[in-house]
Amino acid sequence: MPRKSSSVLDSEPDNQNEQRNPESIPALGRYLLVGILFGIVFVKAEIISWFRIQEMFRLDSFHMYGVIGSAVVVGMLSVFLIKKLNIKTSAGEQVVIEPKSFHQGQIYGGLLFGLGWALTGACPGPLYAQIGSGFLAVIVTLLSAILGTWTYGIIQRKLPH
Amino acid sequence: MSIIHYLSQPWPWYVAGPLIGLTVPALLLIGNKAFGISSSLRHICAACVPANIPFFRYDWKKEGWNLAFVLGILIGGFIATQFLADPNEIVIAASTQSDLAALGITDFSGLMPAQLFSIENIFTLKGFIFLVLGGFLVGFGTRYAGGCTSGHAIMGLSNLQWPSLVATICFMIGGFVGTLVLLPWLMQLV
Repeated sequence: MPRKSSSVLDSEPDNQNEQRNPESIPALGRYLLVGILFGIVFVKAEIISWFRIQEMFRLDSFHMYGVIGSAVVVGMLSVFLIKKLNIKTSAGEQVVIEPKSFHQGQIYGGLLFGLGWALTGACPGPLYAQIGSGFLAVIVTLLSAILGTWTYGIIQRKLPH
Repeated sequence: MSIIHYLSQPWPWYVAGPLIGLTVPALLLIGNKAFGISSSLRHICAACVPANIPFFRYDWKKEGWNLAFVLGILIGGFIATQFLADPNEIVIAASTQSDLAALGITDFSGLMPAQLFSIENIFTLKGFIFLVLGGFLVGFGTRYAGGCTSGHAIMGLSNLQWPSLVATICFMIGGFVGTLVLLPWLMQLV
């Protein structure tokens, strides 16, 4: 299969923002802290609950739609303001967000992830929060998710993109 | 005391959603990082089992912030459960409860159904389906799609990326099929 978009396949991490400088250990602490706050919100809003995910996909409650919807609105507004007011990072850098390019994987992979989301009641983020909350069986889910990512890495070039 | 009591209630969507949305500017302004979580699975592969696969041949240490972030999520889950736990049972819609009861899930005492996600189930068919197969689909699907609910649905949509809208719609379609078609079928098997 011919190589298409360079950002889709192989060695470039698709998680974009190339760091100018590797972060020091104390700097990593800031991300740890944001993660901790984020994890607390996940648990307290019951987003990590398999029951809540069921409720969402059965259209029985507005809760999850409200969470995701308001998160997107606040995120959109923030990105708009950062661009509009040219707000710099704490290190004084220009904020750069790489655009995402379309490929068919977003359809096929998206559908497969959706199935997994319904079964496990978790996206990748909640997996970590569930384990922290003491649902230790979810360690198996996380390991299997890592195996899934690894398998994608092996067969990536054979898949339609 | 009263603050802890207040925080221990389940948080409504209009508090939790905006806080999650604020993670986007927080990560951008701390160090120019795009919010995303499924990438952490890739970095773990690159760090632990790269196996000379091109997809895992990159400098994962540069992405170490992402691993610190997900470690934080795990710790946050621990803190919320240990110190801010709601003593009451989770309140979910009556119609969801009756639908699930019809499938054989009758215990609503925790955030996760013990009937599916207990340690004892790991080596059973139930464990294989819900933990192993489900986890595999999450890990494979998010990487194939180039992101998960945080990377596409929140970060991508915040930046008005239409490929993220496609991915988000497919996440939802997969979720509906998984819940309404696949789950009832699987519950007959186990």
